[in-house]
Amino acid sequence: MIACFSLILMCQLAGEILVRAARVPVPGPVLGFMLLFGVLLLRDRVGPLARGPLAPGRIEGTAKGFLAHMSLLFVPAGVGVVQKLDLIAAHGVAIVAVLAGSVILTMLATVLTFLVVGRVVAPEGDRQ
Amino acid sequence: MTASPFSLWVYLSQTPLLWLTVTLVVYALADALSQASGRNPLLNPVLHALWVIGVFLHLTGTPYQVYFGGAQFVHFLLGPVTVALAVPLYENRRVVRRALVAMLLALVVGSATAVSSVVVLAELVGLPRDIVLSLAPKSVTAGVAMGISETLGADPALTAVAVILTGIMGAIVVTPMMNRLGITDFRARGFAAGLASHGIGTARAFQVDELAGTFAGIAMSLNALVTSLLVPLAVTLLVR
Repeated sequence: MIACFSLILMCQLAGEILVRAARVPVPGPVLGFMLLFGVLLLRDRVGPLARGPLAPGRIEGTAKGFLAHMSLLFVPAGVGVVQKLDLIAAHGVAIVAVLAGSVILTMLATVLTFLVVGRVVAPEGDRQ
Repeated sequence: MTASPFSLWVYLSQTPLLWLTVTLVVYALADALSQASGRNPLLNPVLHALWVIGVFLHLTGTPYQVYFGGAQFVHFLLGPVTVALAVPLYENRRVVRRALVAMLLALVVGSATAVSSVVVLAELVGLPRDIVLSLAPKSVTAGVAMGISETLGADPALTAVAVILTGIMGAIVVTPMMNRLGITDFRARGFAAGLASHGIGTARAFQVDELAGTFAGIAMSLNALVTSLLVPLAVTLLVR
């Protein structure tokens, strides 16, 4: 588990370093996500890599256990609402209404685009 | 003589141990309640953990900075958990590849809608400019959104609150909304949840269906990428 967590941190660290070195406006963890994905694909092609945290099923197990508790990680930032109570008192209703409207519009636009495009390109995609 | 309860409190309330424990215990209870209800969306564990901890801080007169001294260990994990999303992507790569075109177009349309709708709606109701800017990146995960907010010269703490509120509302709304619309494609449902409401929507999607969760995770990480490029552009175009 320590080895798996180290691998995840190393990907994030490499992501942060690359982002700063290349000065691209991409978040470090997002680049780390792509790096870990690349490492996993590489493991399937290069046999000797499949050991330690990359042995079949190991990083998979750790990552899934971690992802199952993702909601918890938003609690500390969310409690920051206590610092904004005066602002919430002044504009809270408007802010909540704007965010609710936007989240519904965003979900509708996304799901409809996905379904419509999926229907149009599905035959080609399924041919593989 | 032994320390009085008051001096014990003075000591403990300044240590990370107490606030880390409070965060985990309150969340564990909220999560157990959510599980006991069969994952009723209204018993969202983040929502109920937030107000319980908030009330506790208020009653004990604890400043947020002191609380965050302990809670930061949990907050830090937002980065690694984004990296860990590579695993479900890897395991479902064949399903994902078949839906690649639909995903990419939905990503572009969704990201643009997320940013432009919040900016336009906020201007319509007449919110002040600094609040509008702070709300703009609300659909991406907390760490990334706070970074974007900082580069805009907005208020990262307000952005964090907007991000969490958006995530909670998305997680509550997604299942009833998609059911009412009769959408049964869990790839599309998950993708929309992750794009509009990042990690909290993704956690909700994983509760409903593993495939939905995978697509939500991909949407969340790709949207972090697109939004960090899109927000500065949208702000120049849309904010008066």
